[in-house]
Amino acid sequence: MAVTSYSGAEQYNFDIVKKFAVMSLVWAVVGMFVGVYIASELAWPFLNFDSPYFSFGRFRPVHTTSVIFGFGGSALFATSYYVVQRTCQTRLISDGMASFTFWGWMAIIVLADISYVLGYTQAREYAEMEWPIDILIEVVWVTYLILFVGTIMRRKQPHIYVANWFYLAFILATALLHTFNNLAMPIDLFSMKSYSLFSGTQDAMVQWWYGHNAVGFFLTAAFLGMMYYFVPKQAGRPIYSYRLSIVHFWALSFMYMWVGAHHLHWTALPDWTSSLAAAFSILLLMPSWGGMINGIMTLSGAWDKLRTDPVMRFMIVALSFYGMSTFEGPMMSLKEVNALSHYTDWTVGHVHSGALGWVAMISFGSLYHMMPKLWDTKIYSNKLVEVHFWLATIGIVLYIVAMWISGITQGLMWRAFDEFGNLQYSFVESVVAMMPFYAMRAIGGMFFLAGTMLMTYNMFMTIRQGKRESAALDARLAAKMAHA
Amino acid sequence: MEWLMWFSKPENTKPLALIIFFVTFIGIVIYVYGSNKRSAKLESYRDIPFLDDQPGDQDGTKDKQ
Repeated sequence: MAVTSYSGAEQYNFDIVKKFAVMSLVWAVVGMFVGVYIASELAWPFLNFDSPYFSFGRFRPVHTTSVIFGFGGSALFATSYYVVQRTCQTRLISDGMASFTFWGWMAIIVLADISYVLGYTQAREYAEMEWPIDILIEVVWVTYLILFVGTIMRRKQPHIYVANWFYLAFILATALLHTFNNLAMPIDLFSMKSYSLFSGTQDAMVQWWYGHNAVGFFLTAAFLGMMYYFVPKQAGRPIYSYRLSIVHFWALSFMYMWVGAHHLHWTALPDWTSSLAAAFSILLLMPSWGGMINGIMTLSGAWDKLRTDPVMRFMIVALSFYGMSTFEGPMMSLKEVNALSHYTDWTVGHVHSGALGWVAMISFGSLYHMMPKLWDTKIYSNKLVEVHFWLATIGIVLYIVAMWISGITQGLMWRAFDEFGNLQYSFVESVVAMMPFYAMRAIGGMFFLAGTMLMTYNMFMTIRQGKRESAALDARLAAKMAHA
Repeated sequence: MEWLMWFSKPENTKPLALIIFFVTFIGIVIYVYGSNKRSAKLESYRDIPFLDDQPGDQDGTKDKQ
């Protein structure tokens, strides 16, 4: 193995990492605020204000796009650029290309959010952007791929560390998924609207091939890349088993591609297709838990860090939620369970146990580790990190429990029959039964948002502190030089 | 080109795919765990994230100067 001494900003392009890290927090606050707002709309409908611009249908993709691609995407750009440079011990191949990915990605999120509020959507889950924005995504993403692969190719370290495998799988798979899911014929060169190349059941299957693999590669594989670098770094000890990480990578990458059709149980899709997807979903439990065990066992021999280090706590709780949601997912993919859970709030709860519990918590932990290092300082307040941890954890628990109760209640109400074989409840009755849980979910979201805002403040103060220290150091050096 | 028709039948391609993927997976597991020497080499890569650390990076005592 090659050992290279660290020389900070000259050796690496940390400027791009800083930009993406800051914007990931900005998008986290924006996206989660919109999430809390639409959750509140369901609990207290007057918040719709009878205006289409405030409606749930338009704000929901603003929420998903801002948190998944704005917050999650920016965190992934930031950490992948940081990890690839430090583990390959080389600088990104092009500062210009890196800068282009930043401005391009920000433009995509802003354009997408504005277009949704104005009513433009192609109505594909997690891919609501209309075709002109899709083309911009393609260009930015290919640039990202070239930059990442190019940097790996000029590495000084002979071996490519496993975190980079996960990041690369995420970049490649996302390119593939985005391209095929968005194949469409525009109505007119000057129209935002287009027709999908697929129709009917095929269209549904392509959408869920994309949708579940967006979960698999964007929201799982990529954040596992984050985990494989930042958990060992924060714990101060190497990953528990490198060999297990290799098996984890190949098994996960292979199996995820097959499971999308479990979103289409009991539909016009051929039965064997959704059975196959369910079978692969069950198999997926093994690599997922292998990865979780690998991450958690990294702390073996240093469990006291869970008491003393709040950043470590974010990471271990993230891994625990990863384990929980990768158990719940395969269970929900079973046809009999799905018959109850599908179309209910249980699915919403499951998604959020993954998105808040795994994705957001591992991102928070990684950003808490990385941002002070980028500005060459320490965290402004560890106490605030502690408070953030508890706000986030309580928020997630409130959210998930509310959605479990409301989802299972919905499922049971929809399938209940009276003695004459008629449906026992009308749909409206099931909506009325949900109201207390919608309020509970909104409150859970408020807790989580409050924690994120606290983190943003903490990181803002950390950056300011780093800049002040740096300016003081420069002044001392200048004074020393003047006296010399 | 008649032999290509064999691939058009799911009853042929499904078991074929199963064999290819299963053998590949077993191959990866044997590669990873099959040799002590290789295992030791693979495990040595665990340390890569720590190779470009600054002094004091781990214990948080890093001094700017």
